[in-house]
Amino acid sequence: MTTGGAGTTIQVLEGSETGFATTRFDALLNWARKYSLFQYPFITACCAMEFMAMASPRFDMARFGAEAPRFSPRQADLLWVVGTISQRQAPALKRIYEQMADPKYVFAFGTCASCGGFYDNYTTLAGIDKVIPVDVYVPGCPPRPEAVIDGLLLLQDKIARGDRTPAIVKPRRDPTVQAGNLVRLGKKSTAT
Amino acid sequence: MSKRVLEILKSKFGDDIYETHSQFGDDTAVVNPEKWREIARFLRDDPQCAMNMFVDLTAVDYLGRQTPRFEVVLHLRSMDRNHRIRLKARIGDEDANGVEIDSVVSVWKGANWFERECFDMFGVNFKGHPDLRRILMYPEFVGYPLRKDYPADKIQPLVELRNVPDKLPPFGIDEGMPFGRQTHDYPRGEETN
Repeated sequence: MTTGGAGTTIQVLEGSETGFATTRFDALLNWARKYSLFQYPFITACCAMEFMAMASPRFDMARFGAEAPRFSPRQADLLWVVGTISQRQAPALKRIYEQMADPKYVFAFGTCASCGGFYDNYTTLAGIDKVIPVDVYVPGCPPRPEAVIDGLLLLQDKIARGDRTPAIVKPRRDPTVQAGNLVRLGKKSTAT
Repeated sequence: MSKRVLEILKSKFGDDIYETHSQFGDDTAVVNPEKWREIARFLRDDPQCAMNMFVDLTAVDYLGRQTPRFEVVLHLRSMDRNHRIRLKARIGDEDANGVEIDSVVSVWKGANWFERECFDMFGVNFKGHPDLRRILMYPEFVGYPLRKDYPADKIQPLVELRNVPDKLPPFGIDEGMPFGRQTHDYPRGEETN
């Protein structure tokens, strides 16, 4: 026992005096999974540049424990589907998902991966959830990096809680609420 | 100025040049599809035309607008004389019978992939093409997606689609773009503008 500063005491544990914590086993496993996501980037289209920005130092995805991209599905547990998936690509995407080891999570990055985006035609898959289950949808064309970070944190939260229901990143502000406050451009003030 | 090219074509091929058109530097000739490759070879070899650069080849589907339903469009340029020309040939009937034309791969090698794409999208059969098969769509695809009678909402998935509720709340039925579902069912034989 040592005395440090004005009235604070610091106890140093020594020898057999180690501490302990109680938890449930699945909670401990989920906590470990949450901070060791190994990504598999499945990148096809314009959202790819946004993904590169996300992985680069300014937004720095690495700080959330989702650091290591693995270009083999067997070594990854988080599938990032970034970009438009065509009908022709769908079998490849499905096979990659099937090759990943359990437990595996899927992240739909951008509107095209989430629901097909503005493509409504013979060639584009209307959202990857038509082929594989999705854990987190991030809308936006492209999504803002903040939305992707929200999505990643949401996924980690879901992993920690053991929740496998699909989730969607909500907009930070509801545009319909804000619409009344928008400035009308090109219109002179009527106050005079 | 490739109006001169049109004059040469008209003097050389006469009645096989159905129409010509010049506007804003665009010079177009509608030609007899039977003479398609012959005219193409002439345009390449004639020293006054010297169309040594193949630019583009595609087709247009005028379903219900005109009787030879398809129009194959060929864009050419002369690197030496710096002029361009556009050739068109009208083929096929209302039910897309007889949609075939000579291949120009033997004239310009570059036409190969363009003719494959045109075959893939419109089903135009290029006679004499060395390797006529789909280039963009998968081999299992049935039909020709850029034909106007291909249904706008028809998809041909390669893997079985999961049975999921159509969309979760932010992606409701009213969230999509309305222009994606335009159908192109022009009344047959009636002019629509």
